[in-house]
Amino acid sequence: MASENPNREETFTFAPIAEQLEDWGGARESEELLTLNFGPHHPATHGVLRLVVTLQGEVVVSVKPLIGYVHTGIEKTAEQKSYWKAIPVVERMDYLSYFFNAMAFCGAVEKLLELEVPKRAQYLRVIHLELNRLMSHLVWLGTSALDLGAISIFWYCFRERESILDLFEFSTGQRMHTRYIQVGGVIEDIPRGFDKKLRKFLKEMPSRADQYAELLSANEIVLRRLRGTCPLDANRLLELGVTGPLLRAAGVPWDLRKAMPYSSYDDFDFKIPVGTVGDNYDRYAVRHAELYESVKIIEQALEGLPEGPHITTDRKVALPPRHELATSMEALIHHFKLVTEGFRVPEGEAYFAIESPRGELGCFVRSDGSSKPARVHMRDPSFVNLQALSDMVKGSYIADMIAAVAMLDPVLGGIDR
Amino acid sequence: MDGAALLLLAKELRSNPAIGEEGVIAAEFRHNEPLLEVRPQLIRAVLADLRERGFRFLASVHGVDYYPEEPRLGVHYQLIDMVRRERVGVKVRLPVANPTLPSVTLQWPTANHQEREVYDMFGVVFEGHPDLRRILMPEEYEGHPQRRDFPVGGEPVIFTFNDTPELGTPE
Amino acid sequence: MEIEPQGLRITRSSARQMLRGIPVEGPTPGAHPDEEGRLPAHLRTKQPLEGEALERYVEERVLTTTLKKAVAWARGNSFFPATFGLACCAIEMMSVVAARVDVARFGFEAFRASPRQADLIILSGRVSIKMAPIIRRIYDQMLEPKWAISMGACCSSMGVFNNYALVPADHFLPIDVHVPGCPPRPEALMHGILRLRDMVLENPPPGWRERYGAVGTEELLDDDQAKETPSIEVFRGGL
Repeated sequence: MASENPNREETFTFAPIAEQLEDWGGARESEELLTLNFGPHHPATHGVLRLVVTLQGEVVVSVKPLIGYVHTGIEKTAEQKSYWKAIPVVERMDYLSYFFNAMAFCGAVEKLLELEVPKRAQYLRVIHLELNRLMSHLVWLGTSALDLGAISIFWYCFRERESILDLFEFSTGQRMHTRYIQVGGVIEDIPRGFDKKLRKFLKEMPSRADQYAELLSANEIVLRRLRGTCPLDANRLLELGVTGPLLRAAGVPWDLRKAMPYSSYDDFDFKIPVGTVGDNYDRYAVRHAELYESVKIIEQALEGLPEGPHITTDRKVALPPRHELATSMEALIHHFKLVTEGFRVPEGEAYFAIESPRGELGCFVRSDGSSKPARVHMRDPSFVNLQALSDMVKGSYIADMIAAVAMLDPVLGGIDR
Repeated sequence: MDGAALLLLAKELRSNPAIGEEGVIAAEFRHNEPLLEVRPQLIRAVLADLRERGFRFLASVHGVDYYPEEPRLGVHYQLIDMVRRERVGVKVRLPVANPTLPSVTLQWPTANHQEREVYDMFGVVFEGHPDLRRILMPEEYEGHPQRRDFPVGGEPVIFTFNDTPELGTPE
Repeated sequence: MEIEPQGLRITRSSARQMLRGIPVEGPTPGAHPDEEGRLPAHLRTKQPLEGEALERYVEERVLTTTLKKAVAWARGNSFFPATFGLACCAIEMMSVVAARVDVARFGFEAFRASPRQADLIILSGRVSIKMAPIIRRIYDQMLEPKWAISMGACCSSMGVFNNYALVPADHFLPIDVHVPGCPPRPEALMHGILRLRDMVLENPPPGWRERYGAVGTEELLDDDQAKETPSIEVFRGGL
């Protein structure tokens, strides 16, 4: 892997790994193995991920991920709360894609209720979901670049993230864990001035994404570390149940927004970036390209935002507007029942899946007819994607393993729930 | 997939000699959700048959506790047909006294961690799983937390009437 | 400890001249007493001062402090936090390091990965029962004086999740500052860190056992006991 730049000196070329193993006085597979613990407290594991790595020199022979260090029993807690109150609890699972958690849960409950969400609410949901996707990819890019050593990208990405969080605070009141998406729609309509601020952000976001590309995509160190490292082919990924940008980087164009559209995603015109080889560089490139596509979707949703209610008008599910409480007796009764007990959901089981920044985020809700869910389970994409890690890093160096963990984009809150 | 297609699928599964008439217990299509209930010991055959019909992607394996109905524990499998863009769900019900189920990890490697989670949270023992241990709780933890008769736990909320200062508060 | 002024005597007018780039006439820097024990002429007052005038003269020109206060000032203005992100609060902790709420302007940007080099542990996120012994071990590996901030509702109390899987941080760590919020805004965390700084500037006892009334609770094991006892235990009540 000599440099193409003629002005540089000849760089050190490593022999292929098999040859290096030979050089070790004929050390074979099971000799001279070192088991190293990348403990839960480590600056390079994204969160409290524990990896037990077996090494031969610097080459990874096997890796065993151990999880559960941030297991919070969210699914059990959600069974104790009514459907309305379970939304903030469920939101805190995958803590970088909180709108998506709420969307999956509300989608499953709406499926059980057979409730139709008004068009305006669907578009507002799409806007906030795509903003969340942007934010999640920015945090991923910042922290991954930090792992690779490109420390300034961290500050640039978090600068954009602050703009997005300002938008969230504008429309929902909270920066993170916003409880904006509710069963039947969204909790509030967007305030005046939101679309102006959003348009201003959307105008400058593509140029910022260009800046990241300028700094990273053709950078020699990034290319050396990411190109050709830890590839995994599409068949193995499908066997392991991997979805999301990891699968798309290997060439499979599977995106639930296009394949099984939900919440009016089929109204919008956007592309799905797909990689070719499935190595770390493709994973980076796919997520980076998704930044532009998300901007496009938000622009279209903002242009075509229809008029209408922002939450379902079914008073048995959503609170009536405040002014009605002064005039209508039924509204008062509905309000009372909803706030004290909550709405009841007919018996049944439903599984609703959406495309989160990390892959297929599915929510399974079982209802027994009461006002509290009997079982809530999130099929979290990071939990399933983590199984691909050991296949990805077998036979590569430790540094490649760090890059692979970064490109895997694990969020331990979702893995451990 | 709609109700008619689900019934057709159930009929075709029943005509598979490895599964048989008794293999598929029920085919439910409520709230737009296609769900097949099958006999626990035949789960590998059912999933293999569905794989041949195009459902080649196992999206999720998760457990449910149907307390107080018996059989109490349930395991759900969600499959996707990526070519026809369809989903189907398969569920099995297990008695809590003897919750054993053949593991599908060898044929569907994605089920590895997910079956471990069902074991950890519900106590379902998957026969043939290469490495069945607890995944989310500490290894020596006793009890299966997600069962409905397991207490939620937690700390009592401290108000002024039950506030007792303990060791460790600054003097 | 009194700090003697040394060097060129700077008055307001000479300072103004220097700032304008005009060279100032005056003796060379250096204020060593001569053989008779008298200071150089430019440092002596025109007439000897007495009493209150002397006090005022000294107050205007000499910064006096105690060693303890100076050390507390240095300690409080240079926390080295340990990187300890657990869950959602970790993202807001990263925001504190980012450019908008910049923790570097207070001197705290040097996040150390190794607990041996850190003196502040910011528990950001929910503490599960599997993680609690590990956090305690890391806290024990930090060197005195060390401080702990519990960031967010989940580790201060049980937060949103009052269930079997979590441990409030007070049960196994002596926490100095609790920052509420779910997650707390970066400004709120900054406020918590500054309150900790105020606390440190007042010179509390640096050892955590003195601060939290836990002197005498050290575990001393003899060799046989040490072999049998597991090295990590989760303590209750800040012991």
